[in-house]
Formats: sequence, C-alpha cells, structure tokens
Amino acid sequence: MRYNERELLSLARQPAEKAAEIRMSVPKKGSVLKKRLVKLVVNFLFYFRTDEAEPIGALLLEHCRITKEEENIFSISFIEEPERKYCFECASEQQCQEWVEALKRASYEFLRRSLIFYRNEIQKMTGKDPLEQYGISEEARFQLGTHRQ
Amino acid sequence: MKLNERSVAHYATCDSPADHAGFLRKRVERHHHHAHHYGTSYQRRWFVLKGNLLFYFEERESREPVGLVVLEGCTVELCEAAEEFAFAIRFDDAGARAYVLVADGQAAMEAWVKALSRASFDYMRLVVRELEKQLEEACKSLAACRKSPRRSSSSGRKRHLSNPALLPLQEKPAVLENGYSTWGSGGCVPGGAVCPDHDGGQAKPPPLPPRRRSATGSATGSPAPSLSPAMLESPVSPDTICFSKLHNWYGQEIVVLRREWQERQKRGHL
Repeated sequence: MRYNERELLSLARQPAEKAAEIRMSVPKKGSVLKKRLVKLVVNFLFYFRTDEAEPIGALLLEHCRITKEEENIFSISFIEEPERKYCFECASEQQCQEWVEALKRASYEFLRRSLIFYRNEIQKMTGKDPLEQYGISEEARFQLGTHRQ
Repeated sequence: MKLNERSVAHYATCDSPADHAGFLRKRVERHHHHAHHYGTSYQRRWFVLKGNLLFYFEERESREPVGLVVLEGCTVELCEAAEEFAFAIRFDDAGARAYVLVADGQAAMEAWVKALSRASFDYMRLVVRELEKQLEEACKSLAACRKSPRRSSSSGRKRHLSNPALLPLQEKPAVLENGYSTWGSGGCVPGGAVCPDHDGGQAKPPPLPPRRRSATGSATGSPAPSLSPAMLESPVSPDTICFSKLHNWYGQEIVVLRREWQERQKRGHL
C-alpha cells in the first residue's frame, strides 16, 4: 500500500501531545525492550532511536486496544491481531497511566464519538444544535445512530 | 519508516463508517526524462475517507487499498487543471507533490472539497473541545439554579430532557441569550431543566422515563469492538470519566422527570 511517507515524516516533526523516552518492544520473535523516543502526534504514535531525527516507525492508533499490563507496562495491539503486542515499559506507574489515558483518546474514532455525545447532550439541555454554527450539522459522520458508508 | 500497514489496511476496509466515498480520477504524475513536460493521465479509483485518512482502491470491491493519503496538515483547493471539476490536495512541504483529483461533476467536487477540508484530526479536536466547554457551561447553569419555577406552572413548560421531540409545538420556548430558553415569570432558567430538589415522596413510583436515543452504549453508530463497557459509559472528558459523575448527571434528569410527573399528578387531583 502506497502512502505519503514524506507527509508522515513531517508530521513526526510536529509538536507532540506527548513525548517521552520509554522502553519499547515490537511484536517480533525475540524482540527485546529497547529505549526509544516515543511521540504522540494526532492519531499516530511515532518511535525514534533516541539519537535520531527520523522515526523508525509509526503506528496508526485507530481500532487499537490499549491495555495496562503488569507494573509500569502497557501494550498496544490491533483489533484484527490482538496477540501481536507493542509493549511499553514506563519509568513509573503514573507515567504508565498517563500514557494509557492519552492513547485511549488519541483516535479519530474517539473524537467522533465524543463529538456526537456532546452534541446530543447540548441539544437536550439547550434545544440548540451546537454544530450549526460550524455549518457541519448535516454531515453524515456526526449523526447519531448508524450511517451508511 | 515502518508503518503498521496491515492494521491500517484493515481499518480502511472494515465496516466502520466512512466519512465520504466515491469514484475520483487521480492524476498520475509521470516524469519523462526525455521530454520537458509531465504526461497527464488519470486513473479512476474508488476513494474512501475515514477521519484524516484518504484511502484509494483499484475497484470498489477491492479488498485492500492501493494507497493512502494522510491528510493531516493539508490544504484542499480547486485547481486550474485542464480538467473540469478538478481539485488538489497540497501540503506545506516545499517539495511535496500535490494530489490532483477529478470528480464526476460539480456537486461531487464540492462535496469532496468540503469533506476533505474538514478531515483533519486537529479540526475535530477543536470542535470537540469547544463543545466540551459549551456543555460544561450548560451544566454549570443547571447547577447554579436554586429555585424551581413552581408558580409559573403553565402546563406548557413541560420539557422532556431526553426527547425534545415531545415538546408540543405551541409551547416551544423562545430561545434567548446563550441558547437557553426562558420561562414566563422570574428570570432565566437553563433550558429544560430544574435543579434537583427533594421531592414530596409520597406519590406512586413514577413511570420509567422515555427511552433515550442514546449516545452511550454501542448505539454511537460506529462499531467499536475495542471498547469495554466501562469506557462506553465515560466516553469523553476527564469530568465524565468517573462513572459516578455521569450517573449523577443523568440522575438529575430523572429527578426532573419525576417532579414533572408528580406535578401532573397533583394537578390531576385538583
């Protein structure tokens, strides 16, 4: 699958929502935890060798499962391959919790659900559709209930 | 740079709803070393927009995308290509090529440009934060209200929080400042709600509140198998992440409905 790597690399250089040096392993046989610079930008998690400017890799954070594992460790896996886990060992339990919370909210799907929820609540309380001012109230992606593809 | 391509491709083809989809012709950028111009040809592809990702497939039924355009940070503009209904996705990066796409007609082109211009994660996040604030303010007004307007008890002021569609037409409250509707006598009351209060208590148990078309539970419309039930109950901001808070919030609504039911009962007995 082709993709615009150049733009993705550029995204990796943007200010991050969250960045830290964390020990990380990839779901490959014999993989060990290695110190990486891990950077969360929009719905991508980039990981760098600590002294390099270009990321080794990127994870799109849609349809993923963030799991708190044992102490200081969380993992990321994807819906269609739940056994393949990217593991992250944090410096502290607090750091671990912070990352888990941040990553759970770092998907477009999460934002979409939030928007629908807030819209609905505001509409119920005030009688007004808060999306009207943005001119996006009719967009399919913001409607309650299932919408067709 | 590695990308979790298998998962990305799965996201493209799974049944989570697409924000836009349709056929577009995509300009192929070809370099002719011996000529001083780019050959211009177009390939018809099936495009699917999900969030800030634009996927394209060879055919509508293809099981895997041929390509992906990550849209974050892009601009979308109409372009003066030789083709009618053409638009371009461009990036800031100086050397970056633009994606020139051609729609089937004016309406299709406008729909795509609109959808793509608002596709960024940043934009979504902005809107969500704004709504979060608005909801917080609405709740604060609700909490700040001390008195329930019992005296001005026109039957017309009934307002079902969970189903605004039930509000009878002739009683539609005038929407005034801050999007709140005001009642007849005595100042501003946050639209539709009265503060929780201790009720009389001796009446028969109230009927169940009407079923809400809820945003909670899996009825959000986008199947989200990765969510646990606990997460579904606290979908959003840190304020609601505690289920007991969310529970109290909905509880206020129940109290209001109970009161309205009881007032109706009282009036019925007069």
